[in-house]
Amino acid sequence: MSTLDSKVPKGDIADKWTNYKNKIDLVNPANKRNIDVIVVGTGLAGGSAAATLAELGYNVKAFCYQDSPRRAHSIAAQGGINAAKNYQGDGDSAYRLFYDTVKGGDYRSREANVYRLAEVSTNIIDQCVAQGVPFARDYGGLLDNRSFGGVLVSRTFYAKGQTGQQLLLGCYSAMNRQIARGKIEMHNRHEMLDVVKVDGKARGIIARNLVTGEIERHSAHAVVIASGGYGNVYFLSTNAMGSNTTAAWKVHKKGAYFANPCYTQIHPTCIPRSGDYQSKLTLMSESLRNDGRIWVPKNLEDVEAIRNGTKKPTDLSEEERDYYLERRYPAFGNLVPRDVASRAAKERCDAGYGVNATGEAVYLDFKSAIERYGKEQAKLQNLDNASQEKITELGAAIVKAKYGNLFQMYEKIVAEDPYKTPMMIYPATHYTMGGVWVDYNLMTTIPGCYAIGEANFSDHGANRLGASALMQGLADGYFVLPYTIGDYLSHDIRTGKIPTDTPEFEAAEKDVKERIEFFVNNKGTHSVDYYHKILGKIMWEKVGMSRNETGLKEAIAEIKALREDFWKNVSVPGGSDQVNAELEKAGRVADFLELGELFATDALNRNESCGGHFREESVELDGEQKGEAKRKDDEYAYVAAWEYKGEPSEAVLHKEQLEFNDIELKQRSYK
Amino acid sequence: MSQESMNLTLKIWRQANASVKGEMVEYKVSEISDHMSFLEMMDVLNEQLVAKNEEPVAFDHDCREGICGSCSMHINGESHGPDKAVTTCQLHMRSFNDGDTIHIEPWRAKAFPVIKDLMVDRSSFDRIQHAGGFISVNTSGNTQDANAIPIRKEDADMAMDAATCIGCGACVATCKNASAMLFVGAKVSQFALLPQGQVEAKERVQNMVAQMDKEGFGACTNTGACEVECPKGISISNIARMNREYLSATITK
Repeated sequence: MSTLDSKVPKGDIADKWTNYKNKIDLVNPANKRNIDVIVVGTGLAGGSAAATLAELGYNVKAFCYQDSPRRAHSIAAQGGINAAKNYQGDGDSAYRLFYDTVKGGDYRSREANVYRLAEVSTNIIDQCVAQGVPFARDYGGLLDNRSFGGVLVSRTFYAKGQTGQQLLLGCYSAMNRQIARGKIEMHNRHEMLDVVKVDGKARGIIARNLVTGEIERHSAHAVVIASGGYGNVYFLSTNAMGSNTTAAWKVHKKGAYFANPCYTQIHPTCIPRSGDYQSKLTLMSESLRNDGRIWVPKNLEDVEAIRNGTKKPTDLSEEERDYYLERRYPAFGNLVPRDVASRAAKERCDAGYGVNATGEAVYLDFKSAIERYGKEQAKLQNLDNASQEKITELGAAIVKAKYGNLFQMYEKIVAEDPYKTPMMIYPATHYTMGGVWVDYNLMTTIPGCYAIGEANFSDHGANRLGASALMQGLADGYFVLPYTIGDYLSHDIRTGKIPTDTPEFEAAEKDVKERIEFFVNNKGTHSVDYYHKILGKIMWEKVGMSRNETGLKEAIAEIKALREDFWKNVSVPGGSDQVNAELEKAGRVADFLELGELFATDALNRNESCGGHFREESVELDGEQKGEAKRKDDEYAYVAAWEYKGEPSEAVLHKEQLEFNDIELKQRSYK
Repeated sequence: MSQESMNLTLKIWRQANASVKGEMVEYKVSEISDHMSFLEMMDVLNEQLVAKNEEPVAFDHDCREGICGSCSMHINGESHGPDKAVTTCQLHMRSFNDGDTIHIEPWRAKAFPVIKDLMVDRSSFDRIQHAGGFISVNTSGNTQDANAIPIRKEDADMAMDAATCIGCGACVATCKNASAMLFVGAKVSQFALLPQGQVEAKERVQNMVAQMDKEGFGACTNTGACEVECPKGISISNIARMNREYLSATITK
């Protein structure tokens, strides 16, 4: 077993990043003009990296599969972005943000990276305001904050329920400035289909023009992967339809280790599936749990009656309801962390208490909140004898002011009025903490190949806290990568342009073309979605919220068999020299069929429960925590980095031992 | 109104690529649930076509939650279809009835040429943004503290309302002149309302308007159709603000 070199600088944790920046090699402005960098993906990480590198003077080539960089899925993030500004004077600091992130990640992240993230978080807010991002403000004209799950301070900056959109448009505007100057060469509607290595270094990519079908060679001195997470391996997730793992998986197959693929976040407050035609799931901000109470009926007869329509949820008395989070976790109640809330919902639904036709839904009820706010308002308005209707009306107005846009979104999708009847929710795959392994420089195990944002594994450990994804994406792209990549590129000032008419590019292009020709010529019997849906079902049932050895072994065998069938019987209509959405999906699903197997292999290897990864074999057996997740720090306090060896399940495990010098490892308790 | 299982006739614009002529082609779909989104109904149709080894209908879509701005269908003569304040992906089949015939076309505008079927090229929008849709600040993070300049809550909120534009192009598609004034006005307004946007305000509005004209978008005749069809409810007062900005930029130095 080899050990991985994380290249974490020596010294006190608070000084590491400053000392590091003082000692790295720099590239002078004249030389930057001779250096090319490829950035794949234009979300918060890729967009901010592309803009900053171009501004520094490098020649950037950016790629996205969407028709514009503005549409990357970062745009869908709702809640906010954390930063240790301490504008509220409530005791926040870089150290506290660092501490909360490591603890929230269930002690499975690298301390030095997380500290750096917390340290640069404050620059992000300054930067975004200067770019014209319209964050929410208070009446004094200063920036407003809200609080998010799992922390004790208010450090979340937001722009209504569209924070991701506003931050991404900020990046997009910074990119536009560089595109106009000719410093970013933007390739919309392009998909990276392989990375090209020359003398062991990443020197380019093969990309397909999604409009003409042309296969193109692009060279550079370094390649940055910012292609997001792999949540769509479940078929149904809150990711965009096109979100995929192809870029990350291709670099993995060329030598980049893939870390902790089993760490996946299943978000508890999503709108449930309504039928087999479902194409994606919609998330609703977890802020709803501040006022909503989660329950299912106590009696199975009531469940039956609700499903067949003879009873409504509002017909059930308080005694007939099981507020199971409040029952199991009296201290945190409905505000337990995401992973705990999700597993508890699954436990009730598996026991038969799910409240819709699919059996996979629980109630999120605002009746108590409406009542509580209504009485408060009646008192404030001196209405001593307010009727029940008046109280409900006053309370509903407060709830509307806080969550109006979410309630409207729910009503559009489900066609029920959540002010009058409880919402139905169910957990859904939302974010993947695992990803391409990177060192402190954000470089993968391929020299010159970097991974940033959700595509890498680094900062969130086994569970990500709310409002931290946006922070990490922008920190990586604006403030970390531009330094670390310069240190590497300083050795390339005499290299000159990388030619593309070389055997390495030739061979990579040939592989890509052969695969495409296979798909369009294979007159199979099943559509790509047919396979994707089966894969999703295997992943959801056996590698989902709760995992055990038997199920994982079955999953590995089933995915392997499904992949073999896919390569015999998949059907892709249309040609390769045109817009062909089925062909695009075929390539992506082929990669998910490999990643899924590694995912299950990693979950099988990690026989502990931590964060989003719950192994049924690893629970507390007695005491107050009986039945809760049990972490095993003695055996598993490491990053599992997998080296590709041909078959995903035969990947070789490399361990990066995690050292906790500044934070003491503790069990998370929410009882 | 709605049905558990609908049978529908679809008349869809099919066009192989930008250089050939297109036509409306009729399809039938059955057992459509009223809980489906419009795009899930399109998925059902496309699965049928793939099963027959025919080419599925090409259309842009991605987030399917109304924020990325990819989806862009002109349904029964309305941008994003009959429901209000939604994108095509948020439109649900409960807005239709069993037996309905639904006409589905791409955005129609000179500046949005068809790529294939229902997919159009909106890169003209990007080029307008390249011309001035930014504040020229380096991304070094060495700017002043975010709270150094207080901004009136009212102005910040109005800037936010303008900034919610998703760049889908419904305003252009619904406008009889194929004007992009709402799209450009929203961006100009966002920056005009913030102190950070003042330094380059004059150049910005002139450059963006010039690029808009160069791309072949039409003029605004104040019919207000754009505001009605905008899935994000962007107000036409943003067009008025852009006109003021433009006028003041052209008559002052």
